[in-house]
Amino acid sequence: TPSLRKNKQQQEEIATKKLRLTKPSKSAALHIDLCKATSPADALQYLLQFARKPVEAESVEGVVRILLEHYYKENDPSVRLKIASLLGLLSKTAGFSPDCIMDDAINILQNEKSHQVLAQLLDTLLAIGTKLPENQAIQMRLVDVACKHLTDTSHGVRNKCLQLLGNLGSLEKSVTKDAEGLAARDVQKIIGDYFSDQDPRVRTAAIKAMLQLHERGLKLHQTIYNQACKLLSDDYEQVRSAAVQLIWVVSQLYPESIVPIPSSNEEIRLVDDAFGKICHMVSDGSWVVRVQAAKLLGSMEQVSSHFLEQTLDKKLMSDLRRKRTAHERAKELYSSGEFSSGRKWGDDAPKEEVDTGAVNLIESGACGAFVHGLEDEMYEVRIAAVEALCMLAQSSPSFAEKCLDFLVDMFNDEIEEVRLQSIHTMRKISNNITLREDQLDTVLAVLEDSSRDIREALHELLCCTNVSTKEGIHLALVELLKNLTKYPTDRDSIWKCLKFLGSRHPTLVLPLVPELLSTHPFFDTAEPDMDDPAYIAVLVLIFNAAKTCPTMPALFSDHTFRHYAYLRDSLSHLVPALRLPGRKLVSSAVSPSIISQEDPSQQFLQQSLERVYSLQHLDPQGAQELLEFTIRDLQRLGELQSELAGVADFSATYLRCQLLLIKALQEKLWNVAAPLYLKQSDLASAAAKQIMEETYKMEFMYSGVENKQVVIIHHMRLQAKALQLIVTARTTRGLDPLFGMCEKFLQEVDFFQRYFIADLPHLQDSFVDKLLDLMPRLMTSKPAEVVKILQTMLRQSAFLHLPLPEQIHKASATIIEPAGESDNPLRFTSGLVVALDVDATLEHVQDPQNTVKVQVLYPDGQAQMIHPKPADFRNPGPGRHRLITQVYLSHTAWTEACQVEVRLLLAYNSSARIPKCPWMEGGEVSPQVETSIEGTIPFSKPVKVYIMPKPARR
Amino acid sequence: AALLRVQPQPRLGAGQDVGRSCILVSIAGKNVMLDCGMHMGFNDDRRFPDFSYITQNGRLTDFLDCVIISHFHLDHCGALPYFSEMVGYDGPIYMTHPTQAICPILLEDYRKIAVDKKGEANFFTSQMIKDCMKKVVAVHLHQTVQVDDELEIKAYYAGHVLGAAMFQIKVGSESVVYTGDYNMTPDRHLGAAWIDKCRPNLLITESTYATTIRDSKRCRERDFLKKVHETVERGGKVLIPVFALGRAQELCILLETFWERMNLKVPIYFSTGLTEKANHYYKLFIPWTNQKIRKTFVQRNMFEFKHIKAFDRAFADNPGPMVVFATPGMLHAGQSLQIFRKWAGNEKNMVIMPGYCVQGTVGHKILSGQRKLEMEGRQVLEVKMQVEYMSFSAHADAKGIMQLVGQAEPESVLLVHGEAKKMEFLKQKIEQELRVSCYMPANGETVTLPTSPSIPVGISLGLLKREMAQGLLPEAKKPRLLHGTLIMKDSNFRLVSSEQALKELGLAEHQLRFTCRVHLHDTRKEQEMALRVYSHLKSVLKDHCVQHLPDGSVTVESILIQAAAPSEDPGTKVLLVSWTYQDEELGSFLTSLLKKGLPQAPS
Repeated sequence: TPSLRKNKQQQEEIATKKLRLTKPSKSAALHIDLCKATSPADALQYLLQFARKPVEAESVEGVVRILLEHYYKENDPSVRLKIASLLGLLSKTAGFSPDCIMDDAINILQNEKSHQVLAQLLDTLLAIGTKLPENQAIQMRLVDVACKHLTDTSHGVRNKCLQLLGNLGSLEKSVTKDAEGLAARDVQKIIGDYFSDQDPRVRTAAIKAMLQLHERGLKLHQTIYNQACKLLSDDYEQVRSAAVQLIWVVSQLYPESIVPIPSSNEEIRLVDDAFGKICHMVSDGSWVVRVQAAKLLGSMEQVSSHFLEQTLDKKLMSDLRRKRTAHERAKELYSSGEFSSGRKWGDDAPKEEVDTGAVNLIESGACGAFVHGLEDEMYEVRIAAVEALCMLAQSSPSFAEKCLDFLVDMFNDEIEEVRLQSIHTMRKISNNITLREDQLDTVLAVLEDSSRDIREALHELLCCTNVSTKEGIHLALVELLKNLTKYPTDRDSIWKCLKFLGSRHPTLVLPLVPELLSTHPFFDTAEPDMDDPAYIAVLVLIFNAAKTCPTMPALFSDHTFRHYAYLRDSLSHLVPALRLPGRKLVSSAVSPSIISQEDPSQQFLQQSLERVYSLQHLDPQGAQELLEFTIRDLQRLGELQSELAGVADFSATYLRCQLLLIKALQEKLWNVAAPLYLKQSDLASAAAKQIMEETYKMEFMYSGVENKQVVIIHHMRLQAKALQLIVTARTTRGLDPLFGMCEKFLQEVDFFQRYFIADLPHLQDSFVDKLLDLMPRLMTSKPAEVVKILQTMLRQSAFLHLPLPEQIHKASATIIEPAGESDNPLRFTSGLVVALDVDATLEHVQDPQNTVKVQVLYPDGQAQMIHPKPADFRNPGPGRHRLITQVYLSHTAWTEACQVEVRLLLAYNSSARIPKCPWMEGGEVSPQVETSIEGTIPFSKPVKVYIMPKPARR
Repeated sequence: AALLRVQPQPRLGAGQDVGRSCILVSIAGKNVMLDCGMHMGFNDDRRFPDFSYITQNGRLTDFLDCVIISHFHLDHCGALPYFSEMVGYDGPIYMTHPTQAICPILLEDYRKIAVDKKGEANFFTSQMIKDCMKKVVAVHLHQTVQVDDELEIKAYYAGHVLGAAMFQIKVGSESVVYTGDYNMTPDRHLGAAWIDKCRPNLLITESTYATTIRDSKRCRERDFLKKVHETVERGGKVLIPVFALGRAQELCILLETFWERMNLKVPIYFSTGLTEKANHYYKLFIPWTNQKIRKTFVQRNMFEFKHIKAFDRAFADNPGPMVVFATPGMLHAGQSLQIFRKWAGNEKNMVIMPGYCVQGTVGHKILSGQRKLEMEGRQVLEVKMQVEYMSFSAHADAKGIMQLVGQAEPESVLLVHGEAKKMEFLKQKIEQELRVSCYMPANGETVTLPTSPSIPVGISLGLLKREMAQGLLPEAKKPRLLHGTLIMKDSNFRLVSSEQALKELGLAEHQLRFTCRVHLHDTRKEQEMALRVYSHLKSVLKDHCVQHLPDGSVTVESILIQAAAPSEDPGTKVLLVSWTYQDEELGSFLTSLLKKGLPQAPS
């Protein structure tokens, strides 16, 4: 194959050198147009029209010359402005190097009087400069030009100059080397001078330019810090907002530098000082600045814990006496064992007197910044503050402990988004914290919320919460059961929550078991109802706790064991395998030496797959049987072990493809002479079709599929296509359609080779490997011959082993609503629209906003595809999504109520996944091959909805 | 310097006192009265400000340019009908739209209690309230209202209650901001006060909580909701005594949203009357509420309560849990007291006092822990129900006041509406931390502030550009020297170039020349002397044009230097230096240079 590849490359080299087309040139047309123009308005119209069409890279220069020529002649500033902007646009054209027009641009800049045009020209220069990042000389020159125009009276011009400096100002090291002719300029100093410009827009631009320098990797001087601090008290919000950013940047650059505290002899670390200053901005007058400040606080992890903890302390006082916060009081009450005592008048009475001199109302820096931020009027600020709290708490456990009370308070915010965000935040930091009972109480109170999102987020939070006492566990269970009775649809979520709660706190659950199971030492109690969701919930908690608590099963009564066996089978994802005394069923299966439960099944999976390696050496009959029972094993394994379901399914699907292929090749059809054009090749063509479908499923329905699997999948698909070609060849009369098909197939092979060129060495002896060897011959062969070759190669090619990816999950969807059980049809007037609420959970779907669609199938076969809005998707946890949307149904009148089917589809686009080779962007590839294949895969069980469109009454 | 006087008059109010607000401000010759409140604690003449004090028998309308009312609380507007109708004032009264709508309801209610219940005579009538309200001019937020040619006012959002506003009063370049009552933290129905950096000469701020830094509102809200929820879950009844406006609406919204969120079905009642009318106005003035209500009112107006229904006397005896808001707030009379008596005996029930209670009221008694109350007719009422206290105050705390002062950046601050001792602390803090001078006048004390008003001068663009072009960097805050002619005409100031000034005034240009003689000891001839001067200047003044003219004189730019020999002393020569007024700088430099003498010529 290497020789072949080389060959191809040579061909391409020749191809690129082809010829330059001399079309009627764009520049000429433009020139004629502009000359025709009688007035500036006319000229402007021509230019506008011209700007609508793209210009090829080779004709850009010509066009630019024409434009410049007119520029010199033009008296009207608006036309000049348009020309200047066109110059900028043109210089951005891919494949065009704008250095040739730079001199002209700078030239016209010198003679320009209009400020607006000047600004536009500078913008054009910026476009040119950014296009040529390597050319130091040009950059220096442009910087020079910018400096010259910095003294312009118009803010627009100064703005652009600063922008130029920010984007092109040279980085320190290269200055000394390259800048022979031009004096090295201290760009930072120049930009810094404009921090005190009289126009706020210019000040903002100066700060932005400085930030731009930083982004480009220039290390800002520490001296800027003081300048930036002054800008924090600017009159204009955009200046303050940018200044906050700049201060943040400097604090990240020089966190450990020491700065003096004004009007005292003390010194503090720069990052602490900056932190204090940004905290102060959390109570700025403009909410834009407040959001900015609150956001940035989150990423200041180097700040000392002393300052960090101040942000949560407002130093309360009342009538000059020190007062404790409600949080402090709650904590004290709790530690004194008096939890849940009622509030009394004067309970919050102030304590010791405050030294009036020591109280600082303003300059206390970080003091209470988060308290203010979380109480802000605008929810944007509150959300930013919650996010910042989350980030800081993740890096500091002690802070996490402290901010808990505040987060819990946010659970009662008036905006749902904020509530949700704080619950998520709490979940993220839950590893660092243990909830006190009173805090847990507040958290659990939110379980009654009518919003399903909130409740589910809370369940999610409880899954990973640490509880300190057995009362806490009991409280949580009671509240969850209350939740269950109030909102029965939360069943699954609650069970899952209890599963984790149990497995996290086995020792706390243990003393509760007799009470929970209502067992009695002497009397037998009535056997609880096995179908009661609440009882199942209790059992899930207990069984999961029992997993790591061997003494617990001793407390079970007989029926508990029976229920265990039942639940272990019916809800295996919730109930773990237990080692129960005297129960051979479970305990003997697991040898005591193996601790992990997964190992044997993992082993089993490996063994099953290895067995398939021997496929090659078996006769077709044997191979089929082997495949069939391996597929069966894998499927069962997937059902039993939810962790392995993805892998098992994935492998099984692949094997099924292989099985189909073998079966198809076993058909009698092949034994009959080719020219007999049999019609009954249904099985083979159906197999080819099905393999195609399965390969799309494999490619797009699983998350975590890597490139090496994609190769194998595509290879399988190629085989299916070959099969399809052969079948068609055998069943069609006439050569014409075959020609096209052959050509297309060969193109696909070629395509495969290009895409997976790196992986080809792994495909030894495979179908494609052999095919590529014969490629030159195939290219010149007649279709009949090609078909013949393909047929033999399909039979001879080796079975490719599918390497298993690290992590693989099958995308799945469950429609929760509509439930599809209602006997009452949804009535509506025909021709009008009825909204159907759809609620579904999606697992392991990547980018659901773009891929998940809802399909409605009407009884008359009419199908409708609905694209839900991006906002309809929520992300309650990693790998999980929730779709809550409304589907609009409409139909003409029916006489009877009928069922429509609603299901979810996964849309795919084959071009999205395939890696693009860089050299392909030139546009060499013929367009037909590149047309991506789009399609949909149904991935949820359809739900039937009973509807009844009635004719409208007259 | 112009003066700015502020007088919380002895019989007006609002100095170091919480009670009735009434402040008189004189700014650049304009007199403005801020608020016109009454004192709730008195039942005699002392409840209203003594307006005769203002003019000493003159007509109020002649003396006052306008009256501004910050919000509808009676201690800020209660004396308005008395002031305008009984004392007599016909000038404009400014207030915001919600205040204009709600104010008459409260005044009418107040009048009813005073006249119908207490039977007072010599009180304003309903007609007077109506007539008074006709004099009101309503203003929008951030709308600049021109009271007359010079005086303008502008309202800013203040939180506190619906329609509360802070006012900026401006005459020319002098301005005063009066905050009224305000709140810097948002609550469930109102946003936070906000003002721009208007840099007034004086900021008059309330200071009710001058020595308090408050805890986060969230804990209090959560506590309140938890208490109510637990009680109704137990099957108990909750009584919340409130005043009709302000806090009541906040608590209603709080409970309403909680009920909505938690999907609760227990009924909530609101005692009817005043509140219904008021709620109607809350529904209308959505732009004055907080972000949440403003954003969601298109879907649903938050003040259209789903769970809160009108209360009927008979409901109090209904079995089962319920929540009732009833007036008045201190449990001293009316419906709230009636319900309290019915429910007090059951320990399952609860009463929540959401505000401060005056000594002597039932509310104060139960809050201080009294369990046996003596009612009228020697009845003893045993209180078994739970008593809770929740403070929901809508005033800015010390930190909030400082924050507002920081936002507005005034030259000085004046504290009113607070207790002297507490104000002292805040005054000290403001002076220390913000470096702003601060005053806290007692009632009747007048504070006079000197201001330095700036006088605007018009300048022609041409002149400005010409002068600007001479500088290099445009520096924002650096003063700059500028040459021009100031023309004062019809109290208008203009700065124009001298040529234009001459043209406008029809004057011919006069040349002003300075001449100076410099005596030098030199024995050489005049011509030689001139040549030496020429070469010396040429070497020193490299940037200037130095010429030696054929007649023997030397010129530097337009400065003429001639050498002459005085007859009496041949040993000295005199250099005549002459320059125009415009070249003064260079001319004087040259003279001083020449006075130092010429360098010795290499002979």
